[in-house]
Amino acid sequence: MAYPYVSDKEVSVVSKGFGDPLQRRIDTYVERGGYGALKKALGMGPDDVTEIVKDSGLRGRGGAGFPTGVKWSFMPKDNAKPHYLLCNADESEPGTFKDRELMRWNPHQVIEGCLIGAYAIRAKHVYIYCRGEFFEANQILARAVEDAYAKGYCGKDILGSGHDIDVTVHQGAGAYICGEETGLMNSLEGQRGQPRVKPPFPAAVGAFGMPSTINNVETLCAVPHIVEHGGAWYRQWGTEKSPGTKLFCVSGHVNRPGNYELPLGFPLSELIEDVCGGIRDGNALKAVIPGGSSVPIINAEEVARCSLDYEGCVEVGTMLGCASVIVMDDTTNIVKQVRRMADFYAHESCGQCTPCREGSAWTAQILRRIENGSGTEADLDTLMEMTQQMVGTTICVLSDSVAAPVQSSINKFRDEYMALIHAESSAEPAGVA
Amino acid sequence: MADDLVTLTIDGHEVSVPKGTTLLEAAKTIGEQVPHYCYHPGLSSPAMCRLCLVEVEGAPKPMPSCVTTVMEGQVVRTMSEEAKGHREGVLEFYLLNHPLDCPICDMSGECDLQDYVHLEGRKQGRGVEPKRVFGRDDFGGDVLFYGDRCVMCTRCVRFMSEVEQDERLTVVERGNRSVIDTFFTEGLEGTNWHGNIVDICPVGALVSKDFLYKARAWDLDHTPSVCASCSQGCNVMLHTRDNLVHRVKPRENLEVNGWWMCDHGRMDYEWINDGNRLEAPLISEDGVSRRAVGWKDALGELLGRAEELEAASVRAVASARASNEDLGALAELVGALGGGETVFRSPRAQEELVLKGFPKLARRKDLAPNVKGAELLGMRRVGDDAGAGGLDSVAEHGSIVIVLGDVLADQGEDFGAGADLYVYLGTHDSPAAKHADIVLPVTSHAEQEGTFTNHEGRVQRFWPALQPPGMARPAWLILGALDAELTGEGAPETAAELFGKLSDAVPAFGGLTYPDLGTQGASAKVGAGAGS
Repeated sequence: MAYPYVSDKEVSVVSKGFGDPLQRRIDTYVERGGYGALKKALGMGPDDVTEIVKDSGLRGRGGAGFPTGVKWSFMPKDNAKPHYLLCNADESEPGTFKDRELMRWNPHQVIEGCLIGAYAIRAKHVYIYCRGEFFEANQILARAVEDAYAKGYCGKDILGSGHDIDVTVHQGAGAYICGEETGLMNSLEGQRGQPRVKPPFPAAVGAFGMPSTINNVETLCAVPHIVEHGGAWYRQWGTEKSPGTKLFCVSGHVNRPGNYELPLGFPLSELIEDVCGGIRDGNALKAVIPGGSSVPIINAEEVARCSLDYEGCVEVGTMLGCASVIVMDDTTNIVKQVRRMADFYAHESCGQCTPCREGSAWTAQILRRIENGSGTEADLDTLMEMTQQMVGTTICVLSDSVAAPVQSSINKFRDEYMALIHAESSAEPAGVA
Repeated sequence: MADDLVTLTIDGHEVSVPKGTTLLEAAKTIGEQVPHYCYHPGLSSPAMCRLCLVEVEGAPKPMPSCVTTVMEGQVVRTMSEEAKGHREGVLEFYLLNHPLDCPICDMSGECDLQDYVHLEGRKQGRGVEPKRVFGRDDFGGDVLFYGDRCVMCTRCVRFMSEVEQDERLTVVERGNRSVIDTFFTEGLEGTNWHGNIVDICPVGALVSKDFLYKARAWDLDHTPSVCASCSQGCNVMLHTRDNLVHRVKPRENLEVNGWWMCDHGRMDYEWINDGNRLEAPLISEDGVSRRAVGWKDALGELLGRAEELEAASVRAVASARASNEDLGALAELVGALGGGETVFRSPRAQEELVLKGFPKLARRKDLAPNVKGAELLGMRRVGDDAGAGGLDSVAEHGSIVIVLGDVLADQGEDFGAGADLYVYLGTHDSPAAKHADIVLPVTSHAEQEGTFTNHEGRVQRFWPALQPPGMARPAWLILGALDAELTGEGAPETAAELFGKLSDAVPAFGGLTYPDLGTQGASAKVGAGAGS
């Protein structure tokens, strides 16, 4: 056993080096073959790099699962405007802690991925927008960028190739919404972190009004490996539509929570029972949120038939998201958990769109009332109807993220709500989130 | 040109609009007003109020009509159950924290939230939670902020940053704790266009201190007019009740002022309400005592005294606040009385105040509405930048002296003492009218119909908003009647008729008529047909 917990089911591609303090040093990284993919990429045309990534079927690891190579190919090929690659390291989805680990343990892998991505989309500047609270990750990353400059891996004339790519680490100021791609761009530009109306899409008008591509840390971390070994190699793992490996951040009531890199399509029940050592104290499983707090909750029956790939999760009515598996055993008060999520979203809503600004706070208020034993059955109807008004009606999907846990939990755990509604008085006073 | 038109179907009606038009604007062409808050044609569209969502066939989600541009063959529904359902939902969200203090809200009666909720909102709201309270804030200048009424459309923030381009307002906090605020202790003082944020606020969140609690919106009559505070000629609405102007609001005219007007013009209306007016014609027998007479006697006396004079020459002082019709009638009368010179004075500001985001609009240096009109009618400008001086030759003129509209504030009591006949037409009496043989009460521009010619030669109509005091009559009517007596021609019965004559006689007006001018005016230089 090393790095908090490991499992022999794991396939270490991007997570290689977790727990090894030497991995973050540039000398060790290079010794172990690091920056080899960058050299290889610089020897090819930018479009060939994009092709390899397209072949690999790599999909965005930030949550939406959009094919990365296709995204890169949207970038204009012949215009004089500067392009930007933005690395989204504003990891703030409740339950997610994979990018932090990637940056802490293997910062040069992030930088190498960024450089290859920038080369592929003809960008001369990479911004790594790192979540402000990741103090340690920020420091490590900043140090790594300095080292990479010193060794000639970034800056002017990288490795004598004649290509210039600068890397800037930008520290966020603590807002969930700045992890939304256009909110991130606004924040980077010094504006309020508010998502922008699309179209125009970032590939046309992105950061500083220029064509930009934005990729998640984990996505970019996979890129050097794909460039080095080819698309077919990456496809040896995962399913036809969801190829490759993925970091699963397991938290909650399991015996061995942590980051596990597994091939996509891995059965959720096996992840919980085998990889994570089962539910704590031998309790029964109640519910799982498989993709971070913005995706619908699934119950034990659905967990049993859920396979962890983009399509498998949709089949059971949820989403893979960023694969942040939150496991809840039968001691969990679902209403309280959903209320805590609603509180989070109400706090983090940027406040632009009315349904989200007002609806997220209202949702939290109603849930708190139900949790305190003052709810009514009509409140559940109101919640269902009102959260439906928040789906697909706003600029970004934060509002949809409020609706997902609320609607799914009422549908699947209605009896828990009813128990609180009909209880004489609340057994447990509501905790402060 | 047909290539640039896009044809689509909105609510079953086929519409052809230029490429790039938004669905919201396209719907306006068939009379559909898609409800909206954050959208304003003079500002950028953040698409954040989410009230203007409409159903577009084939689109996976409802589309914000304020930023979605038209596409060929698109089928749009603004009144479908789906679209109405969205609006009902959004309106319920708006009312969650809205205080519903309509009975004491200045905006009540002209409030978009009130209107939309009455039209399409839920009959009964479901919100039972305690409401969020922000309270009130003095934003400085003329603006008071009622935070609880705010719908967070950010029009005010965008106006200050995009149009006035002096960022004084911002949104602080996020989520439903978002609130509009000023920066620390710096408010709106010192800005010159902030009154507009009160106009564009769709609810009663931003109110005018000047208008606060003065009148209910539904008690006010609205009369289209032209701002008389400078030569820009901003199109305005005079809001009146009980024969008093209660406030002035800009009226949309993209050629002149867009949707905006400056704070100086907006606040410059109390003089219209001044009750200390000339209300009856006065005849002076001996330069000391005056007696009030009827119009027939007054005009008869005037004509009689004029006839006694042989080889008369006229020196007239006009005002650049008088209409084209008034000035035209004066010019005719001066000619009929034997000819002479007409001068006018007008104060000038040191600098123009340009509205940066709409540079067509500025508070012009000439602080009177009809300087250009007076010039086009051949009147000579005299005096200094304070609108004083320059009248020595008139003051001492021996034959006929006529004063129209200038209160002669800088002149002494002996003004016109040596004149054979001194006629003073004004809204207000003046010490310098002491020696006037005949004093005639005239109406202000708010009490009569007429036109002003703005700084670039655009002729614009205004309409009577108030009843004139006592026997006061429009100057053009008085002067036209006198001229008719002297020349034997018929007197003009309407301002339109007089303007028609004027426009035939004065090449600059190039044959324009009132119908040509419409409500938006037309350029004197371009001539007929340029009107809207």
